[in-house]
Amino acid sequence: MLDLVDETPRVRSLVLAVPGWPEHLAGQHVDVRLTAEDGYQAERSYSIASAPAGERLTLTVERLDDGEVSPYLAGELRAGDELELRGPIGGYFVWEGALGGPLLLVAGGSGICPLMAMLRLRQAAASAVPTRLLYSSRSLEDVIYRDELDRLVAMGSGLEVIHTLTRSIPEGWSGLHRRIDTAMLGAVAWPPAERPLIFVCGPTPLVESAAESLVNLGHEPAHIKTERFGPTGG
Amino acid sequence: MGFVSRAFKGRPRDQPRDARVPPGQYLVRDFPVLSAGPTPHTSLAEWSFSIEGEVDEEKRWSWEELRALPSETVTRDIHCVTKWSKLDTTWEGISVDTLLEGVETAADYVMAFCDGGYTTNLPLEDVTGGKAWIAFAFDGQPLESQHGGPARLLVPHLYFWKSAKWVRGFRLMNEDSPGFWETYGYHMYGDPWQEQRYSGD
Repeated sequence: MLDLVDETPRVRSLVLAVPGWPEHLAGQHVDVRLTAEDGYQAERSYSIASAPAGERLTLTVERLDDGEVSPYLAGELRAGDELELRGPIGGYFVWEGALGGPLLLVAGGSGICPLMAMLRLRQAAASAVPTRLLYSSRSLEDVIYRDELDRLVAMGSGLEVIHTLTRSIPEGWSGLHRRIDTAMLGAVAWPPAERPLIFVCGPTPLVESAAESLVNLGHEPAHIKTERFGPTGG
Repeated sequence: MGFVSRAFKGRPRDQPRDARVPPGQYLVRDFPVLSAGPTPHTSLAEWSFSIEGEVDEEKRWSWEELRALPSETVTRDIHCVTKWSKLDTTWEGISVDTLLEGVETAADYVMAFCDGGYTTNLPLEDVTGGKAWIAFAFDGQPLESQHGGPARLLVPHLYFWKSAKWVRGFRLMNEDSPGFWETYGYHMYGDPWQEQRYSGD
């Protein structure tokens, strides 16, 4: 482990150097296995948040109070520690430049992680694929990668980021402040006729309702890819 | 001694590990939902279950016809490749043996196919002999759509991605062929006790 970055009060990114890492695709995940001194093991899956970049990769972990693995990864682990991981895993919930767009990304909370890998890849590849990210967070402090998203938008490469806040609203907030719903998706998404590629990642209720709304708005089910990033297990 | 994660303790281990939990799995009490795309909603009037492919005669049941077949209630442990296991889940469904009665085939494999385009492959002998059901109820209630309703395949002795949600039929095959997740690197068979998660395990 090379470095730690505190993203929000509950979320930490782990920057890892993995010798022999076969380059991943944006959207894939890894299995992390922890082993205690008595041989006890616990394993969980985490999405890769970084664009493919040699043997380096970033995992972003939300600390769950009743979790077993996430409090260790996002609390105990320090630079220099070693980690056992397996991957890259998955090949359906992935985007690469050749797939084109337009690209609609819908995230809830730490569900942003695999979508961030796609945005970082898009940036690294200097892609101009029109892309919109609709990102639901509890509060402004809970927005992961906020500064980086602002910077990516400011580059003017055809990326738009629409935040919505579901719990606490800062004074002067002029953005959206409710859960993602059909009307919001209708306003943010490209018309179905433009056949956007859609990736939805977040907790199950958000994923279920957003995917259903998108189908009802007329988007092709086969163009809507979903991934769960819920607190189950942690 | 193998790899040790510095300062990792894990959950208290005052209880011996439950012999019903396969390696690498942890127990959940809720029922997590996993799927690769939107939940399909097929009306029961349009729903049917088919057995096709390498069979002498294809078979097909409407929802009413399927529900008129004798059903069984079974309690089984289930194990998801994403590491969670859930013990003592109770299902009601039609045994696949019942559906295959009188089906003449030399096939050794089946491809389960589903609304939404999902598929998964299994050896025929893993869905016969009282090992698999077309389940339409969970915990005494009609199966919710997000858990695969109106009906899903239940093959509890394999990782749960083999228990295809929204199942609409079996295509019998002479040769094994990868289904949806199997194409993306998941194991062709998926025995949780052998930790057959990914290709090569």
